[in-house]
Amino acid sequence: MPIPGPALSARIQPHSTAPELIRNFCIIAHIDHGKSTLADRMLQLTGVVEPRAMRAQYLDRMDIERERGITIKSQAVRMPWQVGEDAFALNMIDTPGHVDFTYEVSRSLAACEGAVLLVDAAQGIEAQTLANLYLAMENELEIIPVLNKIDLPAAQPEKYAEELAGLVGGDPADVLRVSGKTGEGVEVLLDRIVERVPAPVGDADAPARAMIFDSVYDTYRGVVTYVRVVDGNLNPRERIQMMSTRATHELLEIGVISPDPITTKGLGVGEVGYLITGVKDVRQSKVGDTVTNLAKPAAEALGGYSDPKPMVFSGLYPIDGSDYPALRDALDKLKLNDAALNYEPETSVALGFGFRVGFLGLLHLEIVRERLEREFDLDLISTAPNVVYDVTLEDRTEVKVTNPSEFPGGKIREVREPVVRATILTPSEFVGTVMGLCNDRRGTMQGMDYLSEDRVELRYTLPLAEIVFDFFDQLKSRTRGYASLDYETSGDQAADLVKVDILLQGEQVDAFSAIVHREKAYDYGVLMTAKLKEIIPRQQFEVPIQAAVGARVIARETVRAMRKDVLAKCYGGDISRKRKLLEKQKEGKKRMKNIGSVEVPKDAFIAALSSDSSGAKDGKDKKK
Amino acid sequence: MPALPDGVPVPDDGALPPWVAGPGADGVARPRAGGLGMYVHVPFCSVRCGYCDFNTYTAAELGGGASQVEYASTALREVGLAARVLDAAGLARPLSTVFFGGGTPTMLPAADLARVLGGLRDAFGLAPGAEVTTEANPDSVTPASLETLAEAGFTRVSFGMQSAAPHVLATLERTHDPARIPDVVRWARQAGLEVSLDLIYGTPGESLDDWRASLETVLATGVDHVSAYALVVEPGTKMHAQVRRGMLTLPDEDDQATKYELADELLSAAGLTWYEVSNWARDDARACRHNLAYWRGDDWWGVGPGAHSYVGGPDGTGVRWWNVKHPRRYAALLADGRSPGAGRELLTAQEAHLERVMLGVRLREGLDLAVLDERGRRAVAGLVARGLLDGVAAVRGHAVLTLRGRLLADAVVRELTS
Ligand SMILES: Nc1nc2c(ncn2[C@@H]2O[C@H](COP(=O)(O)OP(=O)(O)O)[C@@H](O)[C@H]2O)c(=O)[nH]1
Ligand code: SF4
Ligand SMILES: [Mg+2]
Repeated sequence: MPIPGPALSARIQPHSTAPELIRNFCIIAHIDHGKSTLADRMLQLTGVVEPRAMRAQYLDRMDIERERGITIKSQAVRMPWQVGEDAFALNMIDTPGHVDFTYEVSRSLAACEGAVLLVDAAQGIEAQTLANLYLAMENELEIIPVLNKIDLPAAQPEKYAEELAGLVGGDPADVLRVSGKTGEGVEVLLDRIVERVPAPVGDADAPARAMIFDSVYDTYRGVVTYVRVVDGNLNPRERIQMMSTRATHELLEIGVISPDPITTKGLGVGEVGYLITGVKDVRQSKVGDTVTNLAKPAAEALGGYSDPKPMVFSGLYPIDGSDYPALRDALDKLKLNDAALNYEPETSVALGFGFRVGFLGLLHLEIVRERLEREFDLDLISTAPNVVYDVTLEDRTEVKVTNPSEFPGGKIREVREPVVRATILTPSEFVGTVMGLCNDRRGTMQGMDYLSEDRVELRYTLPLAEIVFDFFDQLKSRTRGYASLDYETSGDQAADLVKVDILLQGEQVDAFSAIVHREKAYDYGVLMTAKLKEIIPRQQFEVPIQAAVGARVIARETVRAMRKDVLAKCYGGDISRKRKLLEKQKEGKKRMKNIGSVEVPKDAFIAALSSDSSGAKDGKDKKK
Repeated sequence: MPALPDGVPVPDDGALPPWVAGPGADGVARPRAGGLGMYVHVPFCSVRCGYCDFNTYTAAELGGGASQVEYASTALREVGLAARVLDAAGLARPLSTVFFGGGTPTMLPAADLARVLGGLRDAFGLAPGAEVTTEANPDSVTPASLETLAEAGFTRVSFGMQSAAPHVLATLERTHDPARIPDVVRWARQAGLEVSLDLIYGTPGESLDDWRASLETVLATGVDHVSAYALVVEPGTKMHAQVRRGMLTLPDEDDQATKYELADELLSAAGLTWYEVSNWARDDARACRHNLAYWRGDDWWGVGPGAHSYVGGPDGTGVRWWNVKHPRRYAALLADGRSPGAGRELLTAQEAHLERVMLGVRLREGLDLAVLDERGRRAVAGLVARGLLDGVAAVRGHAVLTLRGRLLADAVVRELTS
């Protein structure tokens, strides 16, 4: 009987479970490879969720996650499981699956001793999974390779078992085969976790040290902090201290999640659970920080902490200018739950009042925008995302540029831009295509490996700006959707970059300014002027559209003046129809945005600003 | 054919809403400043032209009182209804203008048109100097038929000439012989009728020279009135399908603008001045008073299937209604003693205001600036500065379009009512 009875359960109560009986693991999987479904089966099999309370994707609490199939915030669920005569406490720590959250992933991994590497048996491993696998191996986690969805007719377990065995070592025959859907193989997997994942080790008598691997804002409870205790123990009513900031708080509540919060007498070595201190802002409870006991503080924090660093910036503007205060309030609220979100007010000639917002990456950007629109009912324009540039002027003053329109105009000594290490997995037939794309995007090849006969891993360094500029869409479309991409930031490099401005009737439209490589300035200018020409309806006057680098115009288009806007016939029977047409046109005017004296349809303008020119669809595509 | 507007039902007896006839705010019944016009729709043509989206039918035998031979009697039933309804509202008065349009009114024998006009005269009376116009196809009149019309009391005929270029007429699928134009104009004048020629510009395949030739042909006849319309290819027409399939290429709006400017130039040089965006006349007396009534917001009743009517109320709003479209249904309702009205709209103050501006601005006499609300008045200066409204007229209190403004009239209206 795999669910332990009362006698055995008594041995695995939180606060008093021997570390030998604890197994902390996570599941590494690409989006849609079945992590949530597998977790559902585990919750059922271990009895923590009763059959009638079960619903699909039980742990995906946020609406937005459920709809888009992405897991943003991790959870840690405690499940009992019996193997032989022993009961064990399994803590399943859910890791975010996207590159934007690499740091969060690394902290979740650091809370575990083992990882289930879950791969769709019909798809094989994807670049992102590979990245997380590397991270897990670096953290010296025990890897349990598992093929999921073996019930699918299209499953190729032999082929992919070999691929996985090739990656993590071992015999293809040892690769578990499960179906999260039917439950097949899941008991065996739970047994395997107990058998293979090492028990946590720590010093029970040392001063308490617990690592924060997630912190979530809850409207009723304030910030809920998820921790993994490494040494010592944490107990209710104690005063605790955050080691990075030295801030102290009272521990109002401590407990485990199973799968609902259960308060406990405390948490001991190796245990995973949550803390509530009454703080209201996730910035006061930072992922990666170490929690200790104020009365008996640890001398040294656990390693690995770093502040979240925004890599991608975008201007967010309310379409209706009067929504600006609402946008500010909404950002203030989101910030409570998102330590990586930061923003500053900015004004744009074209867009009015808004904010320059820093994000971890494109998916983060999109999640934030979507939440602002959905949860706060705001209509927003987001400008094409850009990276941050370090500009050194001739006089050696240094400027950090997060908004391209603020790129300095004078003599520049050097511009540095962030670069990433990218891993691309592709069927071998597309290797040439992918290399072509990377070369176009100023990439430098670092290596290439065959994962199997027909699957290749390519490693490149690329400017982040190039990734942000529709790289993912291009990669997908040029490989018929087969290639997958992962990247992590990797320092910066000097580059020959210039600012291209777009001018309407001689007036700069700041929202369209972009920083591009000198050799690509012309292409960008031609692209943007052509795009604008398409969306700007004829006005009563001629509208020149120019792209310029400094004072030099590099591309130009003209929207000719509209000469005729009148219905020739307007007799008795036409009046009603004509009036309605005018009413409609006037209604349509409300959907226009004025840039100087030029009227541009808002929708088209927004599309030109945000869609093609960004890779922000990247997250969306991955859900498919 | 354009669909009928959405509206509320018209009562079976066609009665006007009481407030239309009611006294003004001062409690005194409103004296009717404007005249009363009557439009008679004749929904027949010999063939349907490719660009046509009018409510017209080519079959002689529609049956059930809707056939061509029965049409005069059917239309007279609605004339009777109109007299009862307007009488009941205290709004019946002698007609200042009558206009027979279509379709092709001259598909009916001249005697039938005369009979309908007679019925109108009996029911309402004709005001002294009343204008009575019929549209006509150049190939459906003879000297004798024109005589008959003049004798019956018609004062004016408007010929659908469209173009002097045979290939343009062919594209429009107009069947008349352009060489007949000078003849029909002469016959009409001999019969004592005022003559207008109607032109269409911007037909696929029409060159600027074709258009110039059409204008010159018109001027050579010495007519005192010209209408010129840019071709609009409405969805649902045969031409629309041809354009969609790439068989015809529409000229762009620049071409139409250039042609409009050419028309205005040649017509003005020959002494014909614009009095409405698409209409030119030798002098004010030659303008079409029936059409002016539409633009000035006077009362008018439209007889016939699909015809619209409008009666203003004392507060500046009004009621507009429209008849059922199909002649057979139209005839059946009338035979049943019921109003053929398919629906009506009771204009809100805002709608009435928009219509007033939209129509008034099309006229050379212009729109009294006092009509505009504050925002509208504030827009005037900018429109003058951009050369869309005439500055002198504005200073004198009227919004009058410049040549450029006429081509952008809809934009001007949007600004004046924003
Ligand atoms: N046939 C089959 N479908 C599965 C299985 N596991 C998950 N799915 C389906 O795959 C999709 C993605 O599953 P989900 O658990 O949301 O994946 P996640 O994105 O990794 O959390 C859903 O439509 C699941 O119903 C499986 O074992 N077999
Ligand atoms: S003559 Fe006039 S109404 Fe008749 S089909 Fe031609 S365009 Fe239409
Ligand atoms: Mg999921």
